[in-house]
Amino acid sequence: MQKYSIFNLVKNAFSNHENWDLAWKDPTPKEEYDVVIIGGGGHGLATAYYLAKEHNITKVAIIEKGWIGGGNVGRNTTIIRSNYMHDENALFSEFGMDLWRKMSQDLNYNVMFSPRGIINLAHSDAQMNAYARRGNSMRLNGIDAVLLNREQVKEIIPMADFSENVRFPIFGGLMQPSAGTARHDAVAWGYARQADSMGVDIIQNCEVTGFDVTAGKINGIRTSRGNIKTKKVGLCVAGSTNILAEKLNMTLPIETHLLQACVSEPVKPILDRVVTFGAGHFYISQSDKGEMVMGGDLDGYNSYAQRGNLPTLQHVLTEGIAMMPFLSKLKMLRTWGGIMDMSMDGSPIIDKTHIDGLYLNCGWCYGGFKATPASGWTFAHTIAQDRVHELNAGFSLNRFSTGHLIDEKGLGTKTWIS
Amino acid sequence: MLHIKCPYCGMRSQNEFSYGGDASVKRPELNKEISDEEWDNFVYNRKSLRGKHLELWQHLFGCRQWIKVERDTATHEIFNTYKADEEIT
Ligand SMILES: Cc1cc2nc3c(=O)[nH]c(=O)nc-3n(C[C@H](O)[C@H](O)[C@H](O)COP(=O)(O)OP(=O)(O)OC[C@H]3O[C@@H](n4cnc5c(N)ncnc54)[C@H](O)[C@@H]3O)c2cc1C
Ligand SMILES: [Zn+2]
Repeated sequence: MQKYSIFNLVKNAFSNHENWDLAWKDPTPKEEYDVVIIGGGGHGLATAYYLAKEHNITKVAIIEKGWIGGGNVGRNTTIIRSNYMHDENALFSEFGMDLWRKMSQDLNYNVMFSPRGIINLAHSDAQMNAYARRGNSMRLNGIDAVLLNREQVKEIIPMADFSENVRFPIFGGLMQPSAGTARHDAVAWGYARQADSMGVDIIQNCEVTGFDVTAGKINGIRTSRGNIKTKKVGLCVAGSTNILAEKLNMTLPIETHLLQACVSEPVKPILDRVVTFGAGHFYISQSDKGEMVMGGDLDGYNSYAQRGNLPTLQHVLTEGIAMMPFLSKLKMLRTWGGIMDMSMDGSPIIDKTHIDGLYLNCGWCYGGFKATPASGWTFAHTIAQDRVHELNAGFSLNRFSTGHLIDEKGLGTKTWIS
Repeated sequence: MLHIKCPYCGMRSQNEFSYGGDASVKRPELNKEISDEEWDNFVYNRKSLRGKHLELWQHLFGCRQWIKVERDTATHEIFNTYKADEEIT
Protein backbone atom coordinates (compact mmCIF):
# COMPACT_ATOMS: atom_id res chain seq x y z
CA MET A 1 0.00 0.00 0.00
CA GLN A 2 1.21 3.48 -0.89
CA LYS A 3 1.98 5.46 2.25
CA TYR A 4 0.42 8.90 2.58
CA SER A 5 3.27 11.31 3.27
CA ILE A 6 4.55 14.71 2.24
CA PHE A 7 7.16 12.93 0.11
CA ASN A 8 4.53 10.94 -1.82
CA LEU A 9 2.35 14.01 -2.13
CA VAL A 10 5.14 15.92 -3.84
CA LYS A 11 6.08 12.92 -5.98
CA ASN A 12 2.52 12.46 -7.20
CA ALA A 13 2.17 16.14 -7.95
CA PHE A 14 4.51 15.58 -10.90
CA SER A 15 2.01 13.18 -12.45
CA ASN A 16 -0.99 15.40 -11.68
CA HIS A 17 -2.09 13.04 -8.90
CA GLU A 18 -3.31 10.56 -11.48
CA ASN A 19 -1.28 7.57 -10.27
CA TRP A 20 -2.37 7.19 -6.67
CA ASP A 21 -3.43 3.65 -5.73
CA LEU A 22 -7.11 3.13 -5.08
CA ALA A 23 -7.74 3.47 -1.32
CA TRP A 24 -9.62 0.16 -1.33
CA LYS A 25 -10.58 -2.44 -3.93
CA ASP A 26 -13.98 -3.53 -5.16
CA PRO A 27 -13.82 -7.34 -4.87
CA THR A 28 -16.53 -9.85 -5.78
CA PRO A 29 -17.66 -11.89 -2.77
CA LYS A 30 -15.76 -15.13 -2.20
CA GLU A 31 -17.57 -18.37 -1.41
CA GLU A 32 -16.35 -18.52 2.17
CA TYR A 33 -14.78 -16.32 4.87
CA ASP A 34 -13.50 -16.93 8.40
CA VAL A 35 -15.45 -13.92 9.61
CA VAL A 36 -18.18 -11.83 7.96
CA ILE A 37 -18.91 -8.37 9.36
CA ILE A 38 -22.31 -6.98 8.38
CA GLY A 39 -22.37 -3.19 8.05
CA GLY A 40 -19.66 -0.93 6.64
CA GLY A 41 -20.08 1.89 9.14
CA GLY A 42 -17.40 2.99 11.58
CA HIS A 43 -17.86 0.02 13.89
CA GLY A 44 -17.84 -2.64 11.15
CA LEU A 45 -14.76 -1.17 9.47
CA ALA A 46 -12.89 -0.78 12.77
CA THR A 47 -13.78 -4.35 13.77
CA ALA A 48 -12.37 -5.74 10.53
CA TYR A 49 -9.23 -3.64 10.94
CA TYR A 50 -8.55 -4.89 14.49
CA LEU A 51 -9.38 -8.50 13.52
CA ALA A 52 -6.58 -8.29 10.98
CA LYS A 53 -4.18 -6.17 13.00
CA GLU A 54 -4.57 -7.57 16.52
CA HIS A 55 -5.68 -11.14 15.82
CA ASN A 56 -4.17 -11.90 12.45
CA ILE A 57 -7.54 -12.91 11.02
CA THR A 58 -7.60 -11.59 7.46
CA LYS A 59 -10.03 -13.85 5.60
CA VAL A 60 -12.70 -11.33 6.48
CA ALA A 61 -15.48 -9.67 4.50
CA ILE A 62 -17.38 -6.48 5.31
CA ILE A 63 -20.81 -6.61 3.69
CA GLU A 64 -22.39 -3.18 3.18
CA LYS A 65 -25.78 -2.68 1.57
CA GLY A 66 -24.99 0.84 0.36
CA TRP A 67 -21.58 2.46 0.37
CA ILE A 68 -19.17 2.50 3.30
CA GLY A 69 -19.61 5.59 5.41
CA GLY A 70 -23.12 6.25 4.09
CA GLY A 71 -24.76 5.45 7.43
CA ASN A 72 -24.45 7.16 10.77
CA VAL A 73 -20.67 7.29 10.66
CA GLY A 74 -21.04 9.89 7.90
CA ARG A 75 -24.02 11.65 9.49
CA ASN A 76 -22.96 12.38 13.06
CA THR A 77 -21.75 15.55 14.70
CA THR A 78 -18.40 13.96 15.63
CA ILE A 79 -18.31 14.65 19.36
CA ILE A 80 -15.70 12.49 21.09
CA ARG A 81 -15.70 12.34 24.89
CA SER A 82 -15.48 10.01 27.88
CA ASN A 83 -17.34 12.11 30.48
CA TYR A 84 -19.34 9.20 31.88
CA MET A 85 -20.14 8.39 35.47
CA HIS A 86 -20.58 4.62 35.37
CA ASP A 87 -17.44 2.50 35.31
CA GLU A 88 -18.42 0.42 32.28
CA ASN A 89 -18.93 3.46 30.03
CA ALA A 90 -16.09 5.47 31.56
CA LEU A 91 -13.35 2.86 31.26
CA PHE A 92 -14.46 1.78 27.80
CA SER A 93 -14.60 5.35 26.47
CA GLU A 94 -11.32 6.37 28.07
CA PHE A 95 -9.63 3.36 26.44
CA GLY A 96 -11.09 4.75 23.21
CA MET A 97 -9.71 8.25 23.89
CA ASP A 98 -6.25 6.75 23.82
CA LEU A 99 -6.93 5.10 20.45
CA TRP A 100 -8.25 8.43 19.12
CA ARG A 101 -5.06 10.23 20.08
CA LYS A 102 -3.01 7.72 18.08
CA MET A 103 -5.44 7.17 15.24
CA SER A 104 -4.01 9.40 12.50
CA GLN A 105 -0.56 7.82 12.92
CA ASP A 106 -1.92 4.31 13.34
CA LEU A 107 -4.05 4.51 10.18
CA ASN A 108 -1.66 6.73 8.19
CA TYR A 109 -4.72 8.88 7.54
CA ASN A 110 -5.42 12.33 8.91
CA VAL A 111 -8.65 11.99 10.88
CA MET A 112 -8.27 15.57 12.12
CA PHE A 113 -8.76 14.62 15.76
CA SER A 114 -9.18 17.91 17.58
CA PRO A 115 -9.18 17.62 21.40
CA ARG A 116 -10.72 21.04 21.92
CA GLY A 117 -12.65 20.18 25.09
CA ILE A 118 -16.34 19.88 25.83
CA ILE A 119 -18.34 22.04 28.26
CA ASN A 120 -21.68 20.85 29.62
CA LEU A 121 -23.50 23.92 30.92
CA ALA A 122 -25.31 23.92 34.27
CA HIS A 123 -28.33 26.12 34.89
CA SER A 124 -29.12 25.52 38.58
CA ASP A 125 -27.42 24.72 41.88
CA ALA A 126 -28.76 21.18 41.68
CA GLN A 127 -27.19 20.72 38.27
CA MET A 128 -23.85 22.05 39.55
CA ASN A 129 -24.00 19.45 42.33
CA ALA A 130 -24.79 16.68 39.85
CA TYR A 131 -21.87 17.78 37.67
CA ALA A 132 -19.52 17.90 40.67
CA ARG A 133 -20.49 14.32 41.37
CA ARG A 134 -20.03 13.26 37.75
CA GLY A 135 -16.69 15.07 37.54
CA ASN A 136 -15.46 13.36 40.69
CA SER A 137 -16.54 9.97 39.37
CA MET A 138 -14.66 10.68 36.17
CA ARG A 139 -11.50 11.67 38.03
CA LEU A 140 -11.65 8.49 40.08
CA ASN A 141 -11.46 6.64 36.78
CA GLY A 142 -8.49 8.72 35.62
CA ILE A 143 -10.51 10.95 33.26
CA ASP A 144 -9.90 14.70 33.20
CA ALA A 145 -12.78 16.81 34.50
CA VAL A 146 -12.91 20.46 35.56
CA LEU A 147 -15.84 22.09 37.31
CA LEU A 148 -16.18 25.68 36.08
CA ASN A 149 -18.06 28.51 37.77
CA ARG A 150 -20.03 31.14 35.89
CA GLU A 151 -17.08 33.53 35.47
CA GLN A 152 -14.80 30.79 34.21
CA VAL A 153 -17.37 29.70 31.64
CA LYS A 154 -17.83 33.30 30.56
CA GLU A 155 -14.13 33.63 29.90
CA ILE A 156 -14.16 30.62 27.59
CA ILE A 157 -17.45 31.20 25.75
CA PRO A 158 -18.31 34.91 26.09
CA MET A 159 -20.77 34.64 23.19
CA ALA A 160 -23.21 32.62 25.33
CA ASP A 161 -26.06 34.47 27.00
CA PHE A 162 -24.81 35.66 30.42
CA SER A 163 -27.49 38.29 30.98
CA GLU A 164 -29.36 38.22 34.29
CA ASN A 165 -32.95 37.88 33.16
CA VAL A 166 -32.84 34.72 31.11
CA ARG A 167 -35.04 31.68 31.70
CA PHE A 168 -32.02 29.37 32.16
CA PRO A 169 -29.09 31.39 33.56
CA ILE A 170 -25.65 29.82 33.28
CA PHE A 171 -24.44 28.78 36.74
CA GLY A 172 -21.27 27.08 35.52
CA GLY A 173 -20.34 23.90 33.76
CA LEU A 174 -18.42 20.66 33.65
CA MET A 175 -15.52 20.54 31.22
CA GLN A 176 -13.59 17.58 29.88
CA PRO A 177 -10.56 19.29 28.30
CA SER A 178 -9.38 16.19 26.41
CA ALA A 179 -12.70 15.66 24.59
CA GLY A 180 -13.16 16.95 21.07
CA THR A 181 -14.09 16.21 17.49
CA ALA A 182 -12.70 14.40 14.44
CA ARG A 183 -13.47 14.19 10.74
CA HIS A 184 -16.00 11.36 10.53
CA ASP A 185 -15.55 10.43 6.86
CA ALA A 186 -11.82 10.17 7.35
CA VAL A 187 -12.35 7.70 10.20
CA ALA A 188 -14.41 5.40 7.96
CA TRP A 189 -12.02 5.75 5.02
CA GLY A 190 -8.90 5.38 7.15
CA TYR A 191 -10.09 2.12 8.70
CA ALA A 192 -11.32 0.87 5.30
CA ARG A 193 -8.03 1.56 3.57
CA GLN A 194 -5.95 -0.22 6.21
CA ALA A 195 -8.32 -3.19 6.50
CA ASP A 196 -8.29 -3.59 2.73
CA SER A 197 -4.49 -3.47 2.64
CA MET A 198 -4.34 -6.36 5.12
CA GLY A 199 -6.60 -8.54 2.99
CA VAL A 200 -10.13 -7.70 4.15
CA ASP A 201 -12.74 -7.71 1.35
CA ILE A 202 -14.93 -4.60 1.45
CA ILE A 203 -18.08 -5.55 -0.44
CA GLN A 204 -20.41 -2.65 -1.15
CA ASN A 205 -23.89 -2.57 -2.68
CA CYS A 206 -24.60 -5.96 -1.15
CA GLU A 207 -27.49 -6.35 1.26
CA VAL A 208 -27.65 -9.16 3.81
CA THR A 209 -31.10 -10.69 3.50
CA GLY A 210 -30.92 -13.75 5.74
CA PHE A 211 -28.87 -16.23 7.74
CA ASP A 212 -28.16 -19.95 7.61
CA VAL A 213 -28.49 -21.27 11.11
CA THR A 214 -28.50 -25.00 11.78
CA ALA A 215 -28.56 -26.65 15.20
CA GLY A 216 -27.94 -23.31 16.90
CA LYS A 217 -24.88 -22.52 14.80
CA ILE A 218 -24.19 -19.94 12.11
CA ASN A 219 -23.19 -21.51 8.82
CA GLY A 220 -23.49 -18.60 6.48
CA ILE A 221 -25.41 -15.56 5.31
CA ARG A 222 -27.66 -14.81 2.36
CA THR A 223 -27.08 -11.63 0.42
CA SER A 224 -28.38 -9.81 -2.64
CA ARG A 225 -25.20 -11.04 -4.36
CA GLY A 226 -25.45 -14.70 -3.37
CA ASN A 227 -24.81 -16.92 -0.37
CA ILE A 228 -21.60 -16.73 1.62
CA LYS A 229 -20.35 -19.45 3.97
CA THR A 230 -18.86 -18.53 7.31
CA LYS A 231 -18.76 -19.77 10.90
CA LYS A 232 -18.61 -16.30 12.44
CA VAL A 233 -20.82 -13.29 11.79
CA GLY A 234 -20.52 -9.90 13.49
CA LEU A 235 -23.56 -7.64 13.31
CA CYS A 236 -22.67 -3.90 13.09
CA VAL A 237 -25.74 -2.41 11.42
CA ALA A 238 -26.67 0.31 13.96
CA GLY A 239 -30.21 1.53 13.12
CA SER A 240 -31.00 -1.60 11.09
CA THR A 241 -30.31 -4.02 13.96
CA ASN A 242 -33.98 -4.88 14.56
CA ILE A 243 -34.55 -5.69 10.90
CA LEU A 244 -31.80 -8.31 10.88
CA ALA A 245 -32.68 -9.54 14.37
CA GLU A 246 -36.15 -10.38 13.12
CA LYS A 247 -34.61 -12.68 10.51
CA LEU A 248 -32.86 -14.48 13.39
CA ASN A 249 -36.08 -14.72 15.42
CA MET A 250 -34.57 -12.45 18.04
CA THR A 251 -36.35 -9.55 19.73
CA LEU A 252 -33.86 -7.09 21.20
CA PRO A 253 -33.99 -4.31 23.81
CA ILE A 254 -33.56 -1.80 20.97
CA GLU A 255 -35.79 0.67 19.16
CA THR A 256 -34.91 2.58 16.03
CA HIS A 257 -35.35 6.34 16.21
CA LEU A 258 -34.31 9.30 14.11
CA LEU A 259 -31.76 11.92 15.09
CA GLN A 260 -31.24 15.10 13.12
CA ALA A 261 -28.37 17.52 12.89
CA CYS A 262 -27.75 20.70 10.93
CA VAL A 263 -25.04 23.17 10.00
CA SER A 264 -25.22 26.90 9.49
CA GLU A 265 -23.55 28.91 6.77
CA PRO A 266 -19.80 29.15 7.42
CA VAL A 267 -18.68 32.07 9.58
CA LYS A 268 -15.35 33.27 10.97
CA PRO A 269 -13.95 31.32 13.93
CA ILE A 270 -15.98 32.13 17.04
CA LEU A 271 -16.32 28.90 19.02
CA ASP A 272 -13.32 26.70 19.79
CA ARG A 273 -15.04 24.17 22.11
CA VAL A 274 -17.94 21.78 22.04
CA VAL A 275 -20.75 23.18 24.21
CA THR A 276 -23.95 21.53 25.38
CA PHE A 277 -27.02 23.28 26.79
CA GLY A 278 -27.96 21.90 30.21
CA ALA A 279 -31.64 22.78 30.33
CA GLY A 280 -32.63 20.77 27.30
CA HIS A 281 -30.91 18.90 24.52
CA PHE A 282 -28.75 21.05 22.29
CA TYR A 283 -25.08 20.89 21.42
CA ILE A 284 -22.82 22.93 19.18
CA SER A 285 -19.31 23.10 17.80
CA GLN A 286 -17.70 24.90 14.88
CA SER A 287 -16.21 22.94 12.00
CA ASP A 288 -12.91 23.80 10.36
CA LYS A 289 -14.92 25.11 7.42
CA GLY A 290 -16.59 27.60 9.77
CA GLU A 291 -20.06 26.02 9.89
CA MET A 292 -21.78 25.87 13.26
CA VAL A 293 -22.56 22.15 13.73
CA MET A 294 -25.70 21.66 15.83
CA GLY A 295 -27.95 18.88 17.07
CA GLY A 296 -30.19 17.85 19.90
CA ASP A 297 -33.29 15.73 20.46
CA LEU A 298 -34.53 12.64 18.67
CA ASP A 299 -37.56 13.19 16.46
CA GLY A 300 -39.49 11.37 19.17
CA TYR A 301 -41.19 8.41 17.52
CA ASN A 302 -39.97 5.16 15.92
CA SER A 303 -38.50 5.97 12.53
CA TYR A 304 -36.50 4.39 9.73
CA ALA A 305 -36.95 7.42 7.50
CA GLN A 306 -33.33 8.68 7.56
CA ARG A 307 -34.84 12.12 7.20
CA GLY A 308 -36.21 14.41 9.86
CA ASN A 309 -39.20 16.50 10.65
CA LEU A 310 -39.28 20.28 11.19
CA PRO A 311 -40.94 20.59 14.65
CA THR A 312 -37.97 18.88 16.31
CA LEU A 313 -35.46 21.02 14.48
CA GLN A 314 -37.33 24.17 15.46
CA HIS A 315 -37.43 23.03 19.09
CA VAL A 316 -33.71 22.21 19.14
CA LEU A 317 -32.69 25.50 17.55
CA THR A 318 -34.88 27.45 19.96
CA GLU A 319 -32.74 26.01 22.74
CA GLY A 320 -29.63 26.94 20.78
CA ILE A 321 -30.73 30.55 20.44
CA ALA A 322 -31.56 30.68 24.16
CA MET A 323 -27.99 29.58 24.87
CA MET A 324 -26.20 31.63 22.19
CA PRO A 325 -28.47 34.39 20.84
CA PHE A 326 -26.13 35.27 17.93
CA LEU A 327 -27.21 32.01 16.26
CA SER A 328 -30.54 33.60 15.30
CA LYS A 329 -28.71 35.71 12.70
CA LEU A 330 -27.24 32.73 10.87
CA LYS A 331 -28.74 31.02 7.84
CA MET A 332 -29.20 27.28 7.88
CA LEU A 333 -27.08 25.56 5.27
CA ARG A 334 -28.02 21.90 5.55
CA THR A 335 -30.02 19.48 7.71
CA TRP A 336 -30.01 15.68 7.69
CA GLY A 337 -30.89 12.68 9.82
CA GLY A 338 -29.72 9.20 10.72
CA ILE A 339 -31.45 6.20 12.26
CA MET A 340 -30.25 5.30 15.72
CA ASP A 341 -30.21 1.99 17.54
CA MET A 342 -31.61 3.23 20.88
CA SER A 343 -31.07 0.72 23.68
CA MET A 344 -33.33 0.52 26.70
CA ASP A 345 -30.73 1.83 29.16
CA GLY A 346 -28.83 4.12 26.80
CA SER A 347 -25.71 1.93 26.83
CA PRO A 348 -24.44 -0.34 24.05
CA ILE A 349 -24.40 -4.12 23.61
CA ILE A 350 -21.19 -5.88 22.51
CA ASP A 351 -21.70 -9.55 23.16
CA LYS A 352 -22.04 -13.13 22.00
CA THR A 353 -25.55 -14.47 21.45
CA HIS A 354 -27.40 -17.75 22.01
CA ILE A 355 -26.52 -18.61 18.41
CA ASP A 356 -23.04 -20.06 18.11
CA GLY A 357 -20.88 -17.80 15.92
CA LEU A 358 -23.26 -14.85 15.95
CA TYR A 359 -21.90 -11.72 17.64
CA LEU A 360 -23.85 -8.57 18.37
CA ASN A 361 -22.68 -4.94 18.30
CA CYS A 362 -25.52 -2.43 18.71
CA GLY A 363 -27.36 -0.04 21.01
CA TRP A 364 -25.09 2.93 20.31
CA CYS A 365 -27.85 5.49 20.61
CA TYR A 366 -26.56 8.94 19.68
CA GLY A 367 -23.06 8.39 21.04
CA GLY A 368 -21.52 5.70 18.89
CA PHE A 369 -19.09 7.77 16.84
CA LYS A 370 -16.73 8.36 19.73
CA ALA A 371 -16.92 4.63 20.47
CA THR A 372 -15.75 3.61 16.99
CA PRO A 373 -12.16 2.57 17.86
CA ALA A 374 -12.94 0.99 21.25
CA SER A 375 -15.98 -0.80 19.85
CA GLY A 376 -14.01 -2.20 16.92
CA TRP A 377 -11.16 -3.22 19.21
CA THR A 378 -13.32 -5.04 21.78
CA PHE A 379 -15.68 -6.54 19.20
CA ALA A 380 -12.71 -7.95 17.26
CA HIS A 381 -11.48 -9.49 20.52
CA THR A 382 -14.91 -10.94 21.28
CA ILE A 383 -15.19 -12.50 17.81
CA ALA A 384 -11.59 -13.76 17.57
CA GLN A 385 -11.44 -15.28 21.07
CA ASP A 386 -15.12 -16.20 21.28
CA ARG A 387 -15.33 -14.45 24.65
CA VAL A 388 -15.87 -10.87 25.78
CA HIS A 389 -13.00 -8.64 26.87
CA GLU A 390 -13.20 -7.12 30.35
CA LEU A 391 -13.77 -3.72 28.71
CA ASN A 392 -17.04 -4.86 27.12
CA ALA A 393 -18.09 -7.45 29.72
CA GLY A 394 -20.62 -4.99 31.16
CA PHE A 395 -22.22 -4.41 27.74
CA SER A 396 -23.92 -7.79 27.84
CA LEU A 397 -27.23 -8.63 26.22
CA ASN A 398 -28.59 -10.35 29.30
CA ARG A 399 -28.02 -7.37 31.62
CA PHE A 400 -31.61 -6.36 30.99
CA SER A 401 -33.00 -9.59 32.44
CA THR A 402 -30.47 -9.79 35.27
CA GLY A 403 -31.03 -6.15 36.25
CA HIS A 404 -27.45 -4.96 35.68
CA LEU A 405 -28.50 -1.98 33.62
CA ILE A 406 -26.06 0.83 32.86
CA ASP A 407 -28.48 3.74 32.81
CA GLU A 408 -26.22 6.79 32.72
CA LYS A 409 -29.11 9.26 32.65
CA GLY A 410 -31.62 7.35 34.72
CA LEU A 411 -34.20 7.68 31.97
CA GLY A 412 -35.57 4.16 31.89
CA THR A 413 -36.98 2.42 28.86
CA LYS A 414 -38.69 5.31 27.06
CA THR A 415 -35.87 5.73 24.61
CA TRP A 416 -37.52 8.58 22.73
CA ILE A 417 -37.51 10.79 25.83
CA SER A 418 -34.04 12.11 25.37
CA MET B 1 -44.93 17.71 10.11
CA LEU B 2 -47.24 14.80 10.92
CA HIS B 3 -50.97 15.34 10.98
CA ILE B 4 -52.73 12.97 13.33
CA LYS B 5 -56.47 12.47 13.37
CA CYS B 6 -57.55 12.34 17.00
CA PRO B 7 -60.68 10.14 17.16
CA TYR B 8 -62.18 12.71 19.53
CA CYS B 9 -61.03 16.05 18.07
CA GLY B 10 -60.24 15.42 14.42
CA MET B 11 -57.12 16.28 12.41
CA ARG B 12 -54.47 18.05 14.49
CA SER B 13 -50.79 18.90 14.14
CA GLN B 14 -48.11 16.65 15.59
CA ASN B 15 -47.16 19.46 17.99
CA GLU B 16 -50.28 18.75 20.08
CA PHE B 17 -49.34 15.11 20.70
CA SER B 18 -46.80 13.22 22.73
CA TYR B 19 -45.56 9.77 21.87
CA GLY B 20 -46.20 6.65 23.94
CA GLY B 21 -44.42 3.86 22.10
CA ASP B 22 -45.31 0.44 20.70
CA ALA B 23 -49.01 -0.29 21.37
CA SER B 24 -48.69 -4.02 20.80
CA VAL B 25 -46.71 -4.52 24.02
CA LYS B 26 -48.90 -6.24 26.63
CA ARG B 27 -48.37 -6.21 30.37
CA PRO B 28 -48.37 -9.77 31.78
CA GLU B 29 -51.65 -10.60 33.48
CA LEU B 30 -51.97 -9.99 37.20
CA ASN B 31 -52.11 -12.84 39.73
CA LYS B 32 -50.45 -15.32 37.42
CA GLU B 33 -47.09 -17.06 37.44
CA ILE B 34 -44.89 -14.81 35.26
CA SER B 35 -41.55 -15.89 33.84
CA ASP B 36 -38.53 -13.59 33.61
CA GLU B 37 -38.80 -13.87 29.86
CA GLU B 38 -42.35 -12.51 29.86
CA TRP B 39 -41.26 -9.55 31.98
CA ASP B 40 -38.32 -8.92 29.65
CA ASN B 41 -40.61 -8.87 26.66
CA PHE B 42 -42.91 -6.41 28.35
CA VAL B 43 -40.29 -4.06 29.79
CA TYR B 44 -37.38 -4.15 27.35
CA ASN B 45 -37.72 -6.15 24.14
CA ARG B 46 -39.19 -4.37 21.12
CA LYS B 47 -39.79 -5.47 17.53
CA SER B 48 -39.36 -1.89 16.27
CA LEU B 49 -40.90 -2.77 12.91
CA ARG B 50 -39.94 -1.08 9.68
CA GLY B 51 -43.30 -0.46 8.01
CA LYS B 52 -46.71 -0.63 9.65
CA HIS B 53 -46.41 0.08 13.37
CA LEU B 54 -49.23 0.32 15.88
CA GLU B 55 -48.31 2.90 18.50
CA LEU B 56 -49.68 4.95 21.36
CA TRP B 57 -49.93 8.73 21.27
CA GLN B 58 -51.51 11.11 23.75
CA HIS B 59 -53.38 14.20 22.59
CA LEU B 60 -51.59 16.02 25.37
CA PHE B 61 -52.29 19.61 24.33
CA GLY B 62 -55.84 18.81 23.25
CA CYS B 63 -58.35 16.45 24.81
CA ARG B 64 -55.58 14.57 26.74
CA GLN B 65 -56.91 11.18 25.58
CA TRP B 66 -54.58 8.31 24.75
CA ILE B 67 -55.07 6.97 21.23
CA LYS B 68 -53.62 4.31 18.94
CA VAL B 69 -52.09 5.25 15.62
CA GLU B 70 -51.18 2.92 12.79
CA ARG B 71 -48.22 4.54 11.04
CA ASP B 72 -45.51 3.51 8.59
CA THR B 73 -42.14 3.98 10.31
CA ALA B 74 -40.33 4.43 6.99
CA THR B 75 -42.71 6.75 5.11
CA HIS B 76 -44.64 8.24 8.09
CA GLU B 77 -47.92 7.53 6.27
CA ILE B 78 -50.73 7.28 8.83
CA PHE B 79 -53.25 4.59 7.89
CA ASN B 80 -55.66 4.76 10.77
CA THR B 81 -56.23 6.07 14.27
CA TYR B 82 -58.27 4.45 17.05
CA LYS B 83 -59.50 5.15 20.55
CA ALA B 84 -57.21 3.45 23.05
CA ASP B 85 -59.81 0.85 24.01
CA GLU B 86 -61.13 0.31 20.50
CA GLU B 87 -61.08 -3.25 19.15
CA ILE B 88 -58.83 -3.39 16.08
CA THR B 89 -59.74 -5.91 13.41
C1 LIG C 1 -27.34 13.27 13.48
C2 LIG C 1 -26.44 12.37 14.29
C3 LIG C 1 -25.53 12.93 15.18
C4 LIG C 1 -24.69 12.11 15.94
N1 LIG C 1 -23.75 12.70 16.73
C5 LIG C 1 -22.85 11.93 17.39
C6 LIG C 1 -21.80 12.55 18.12
O1 LIG C 1 -21.66 13.78 18.15
N2 LIG C 1 -20.92 11.75 18.79
C7 LIG C 1 -21.04 10.40 18.77
O2 LIG C 1 -20.24 9.74 19.42
N3 LIG C 1 -22.02 9.78 18.06
C8 LIG C 1 -22.92 10.51 17.36
N4 LIG C 1 -23.91 9.91 16.63
C9 LIG C 1 -24.05 8.44 16.69
C10 LIG C 1 -23.10 7.69 15.77
O3 LIG C 1 -23.10 8.27 14.51
C11 LIG C 1 -23.55 6.22 15.68
O4 LIG C 1 -23.79 5.69 16.96
C12 LIG C 1 -22.49 5.34 15.02
O5 LIG C 1 -22.04 5.91 13.82
C13 LIG C 1 -23.09 3.96 14.74
O6 LIG C 1 -22.14 3.01 14.32
P1 LIG C 1 -21.69 2.82 12.77
O7 LIG C 1 -20.78 3.91 12.39
O8 LIG C 1 -21.13 1.46 12.65
O9 LIG C 1 -23.11 2.92 12.04
P2 LIG C 1 -23.46 3.14 10.50
O10 LIG C 1 -22.50 4.06 9.84
O11 LIG C 1 -24.91 3.49 10.44
O12 LIG C 1 -23.20 1.70 9.90
C14 LIG C 1 -24.16 0.68 9.77
C15 LIG C 1 -24.10 0.19 8.34
O13 LIG C 1 -24.84 -1.02 8.21
C16 LIG C 1 -25.36 -1.05 6.90
N5 LIG C 1 -26.45 -2.03 6.83
C17 LIG C 1 -27.66 -1.98 7.44
N6 LIG C 1 -28.39 -3.06 7.12
C18 LIG C 1 -27.63 -3.84 6.31
C19 LIG C 1 -27.83 -5.09 5.65
N7 LIG C 1 -28.98 -5.78 5.75
N8 LIG C 1 -26.82 -5.59 4.89
C20 LIG C 1 -25.66 -4.91 4.76
N9 LIG C 1 -25.41 -3.73 5.36
C21 LIG C 1 -26.39 -3.19 6.11
C22 LIG C 1 -25.83 0.39 6.69
O14 LIG C 1 -25.98 0.69 5.31
C23 LIG C 1 -24.72 1.19 7.36
O15 LIG C 1 -23.73 1.63 6.46
C24 LIG C 1 -24.78 10.70 15.84
C25 LIG C 1 -25.69 10.14 14.94
C26 LIG C 1 -26.51 10.95 14.16
C27 LIG C 1 -27.46 10.33 13.18
ZN1 LIG D 1 -58.12 14.82 21.03
